[in-house]
Amino acid sequence: MTKKILILLFILIPIKANALIEVDITRGNLNPLPLAVSPLSIDEESRKGFEKILKKENIGSEISTIVENNLRTSGLFNPLDKKAFLQAPDIANLKPRFEDWNLIKAQALITGKVNYVDDKLRVEFRLWDVLAAKEMMALAFTTVPNNWRRVGHIISDKVYERLTGEKGYFDTRIIYVSEEGPKTQRIKKLAIMDQDGANNKFLTLGNELVLTPRFNPASQMVTYLSYFKNMPRVYLLDIETGTQEVVGDFPGMTFAPRFSPDGKKIIMSFAKDGKSDIYTMDLENRIVEKITNHPSIDTSPSYSPDGKYITFNSDRSGYQQIYVMKNDGSDVKRISFGNGLYGTPVWSPRGDLIAFTKLHKGKFYIGVMRTDGSGERLLTENYYQEAPSWSPNGRVLIFYRETKTNSKGEGFSAKLWSIDLTGYNERQIKTPTDASDPSWSSLLSN
Amino acid sequence: MRLNKIFKNTLLVLAACLVLSACATKKEVATDIKGQMQGDVYTGTDTVEYLADGVPDRVFFATNESILTTASRETLRTQAAWLRKNPNINVVLEGHADERGTREYNLALGERRANAAKDYLMTYGISSDRITVLSYGKERPVDSGSNPLAWSKNRRSVTVKAN
Repeated sequence: MTKKILILLFILIPIKANALIEVDITRGNLNPLPLAVSPLSIDEESRKGFEKILKKENIGSEISTIVENNLRTSGLFNPLDKKAFLQAPDIANLKPRFEDWNLIKAQALITGKVNYVDDKLRVEFRLWDVLAAKEMMALAFTTVPNNWRRVGHIISDKVYERLTGEKGYFDTRIIYVSEEGPKTQRIKKLAIMDQDGANNKFLTLGNELVLTPRFNPASQMVTYLSYFKNMPRVYLLDIETGTQEVVGDFPGMTFAPRFSPDGKKIIMSFAKDGKSDIYTMDLENRIVEKITNHPSIDTSPSYSPDGKYITFNSDRSGYQQIYVMKNDGSDVKRISFGNGLYGTPVWSPRGDLIAFTKLHKGKFYIGVMRTDGSGERLLTENYYQEAPSWSPNGRVLIFYRETKTNSKGEGFSAKLWSIDLTGYNERQIKTPTDASDPSWSSLLSN
Repeated sequence: MRLNKIFKNTLLVLAACLVLSACATKKEVATDIKGQMQGDVYTGTDTVEYLADGVPDRVFFATNESILTTASRETLRTQAAWLRKNPNINVVLEGHADERGTREYNLALGERRANAAKDYLMTYGISSDRITVLSYGKERPVDSGSNPLAWSKNRRSVTVKAN
C-alpha cells in the first residue's frame, strides 16, 4: 500500500460560496437532482500515455464513471445518460452550451480534462449551474497516475460538498470481516476496500477468528478482536506496514474496541468472572484505566466526537440498554427506554445522534436517537442486522445483515448494507465474499 | 445385463428407504420440539458429547440467561466427580450464545455462561487453576438453523479437555 498519497489541489478560479443549486440532504430525497457528468476530455497523446501505464483505454471516461457512480449511489443525484449528451467533452469543458444541457434537463454539469504531464496525472474539472448558466467551481489536481480512482472520489466529494453544503464521504475506505464457509465453522478474515467496493484486499489469512475491526479516525490504524492462539484479545494493526500488537496485558478476553476521536486511546471491554467492564488504554504511555465497575455486562463503548462522553450498552437494568456517561465513568444515565433490547450504540461524527441496533419482537432494527434518548427513529427492519458505522459526514450508516436459514439450516448469508440517515436509499454494498462488521474510515484527503 | 438390473432394483429400494426415512425424521422433529426443550432451555441429547462414560460435556441456557438449571447442575456435578478422579486433566469451558443478539454482547454473555459453569465446578472442589474460560459468543453454533430449537442447542457451555 502506498505510504503517502500526494495530491496537489489548487483552485483555478476563486468562487463565491453562494450556491445557486442546492440539494437538501436533511430530508429523504425522492427527487434526486438531474445532472450531467460529461466524460473528462483527453488528448490523444495523454490517452496513449495512460493506456500504457494504467492499462485503461480512456482514463478520462473511467474517472467520470467513478464520479457518476458515487453521485448516483448517494441517492441525491441522478446522473443522466451519456447518450443524450449533445456537446463533445472537450468543447463542453471550454464553454458549455447551456441550452443543450438544459434541453436534456440537466440542472448541473461536470466537465473536465485529463493530461499526462511529467509522468503525472493532471486533472481539472468544473461544475456548472446549467439554469443560471454559471460556473460554480473549478479545481485541478496533480498526482501519480495510480491514484486515478481517488481523483474520481475527490471530484465526487467536491461536487457533493458544493451542492449540499456538507462534506462528502467518497474518498474513504471500509474495513470489514470477510466470511466464508459453513455457518458452524465460518472462516473470517479482515478485508479492506474503497467505499465503492474497488481495491478489495485481505489483511489476514483466516487462520484465526477475527471480529469487529474499527478505524482510527485520525490515522490508517485499525483495532480489532483476534482469537490468535485461542485467546480473544484486542489488537492494533497498522494497515500501511502490516505490523500488529496486542493492546494491553489483560488476564482474559478483551473485546469491543474503538478508538477515541483523537486516535490516542483505545476503549474496550474486558471480561472477567462473568462481568464485563469498560477500560481505556492510552496508546502513548500504555496507562490502563477502568471506566465502569459494575457486576453487569458493560460493552460496545463509543466516544462522543469531542471525547467528553461515552455511550455504551449494559444489562444492569436486567436487559441490554443504552447508557451515556462522562469519559471518566461518572454520571451514568440510561437513555434507551423504548420497548425491546438496545445494543451497539455509536456516536455520530456530527455529535447530535447515536445510532444503535434494536431487537424487538423477534426483529432487528437499525435506528438513531438523540444523545439524551429522545427522538428515536427506526430506519430499517429485518430478520437480523446490527453494528451500524457512520460515514465521516454523519449522513449514511453502513451495517451488516444476515439471512434466516431454511428448515435444513441452509441459505445463510451475511452482507453489507447502507442506508441514509433519512431512512431512504437502502442498498447492498457488493463484496467478493460474505461480509460483516463494517467500519467506515475518515476522509483520506481533507 | 442381469447385474445391471439387480443394481437398478437396489437403487430403487434405496431411494424408497430414503424417502421413508426422510418422512420419519420429519415427523419426529415436529413432535419432538416440545420434548427437547423446557421453557426455552434445550433438554435433548442430539448435540451432547461425552468426556467419559456417563459424563456429558455440555449444559444449556435460556435466552439471555446464564443461570444453571437443575439438569445443568447435575451434569456439572458429574463433570466435577470425573475431574476429581482425573486430577491431571485440565479443561476449557467454552461459552456460546445464539445468533439472536449483537456480536459484542454475545461475547460477554458466552463468557458469563462459561463462568457460571466454572463457579459451579469450583464449589464441587475443582481448582480454578485447572479451568480456562473461553467465550465464542455466537461465532460457533452447533446447529445452523434459524429456529427456537436450533438456538436452544447453541446457548451452551461446553467442557473440553485441554490436555
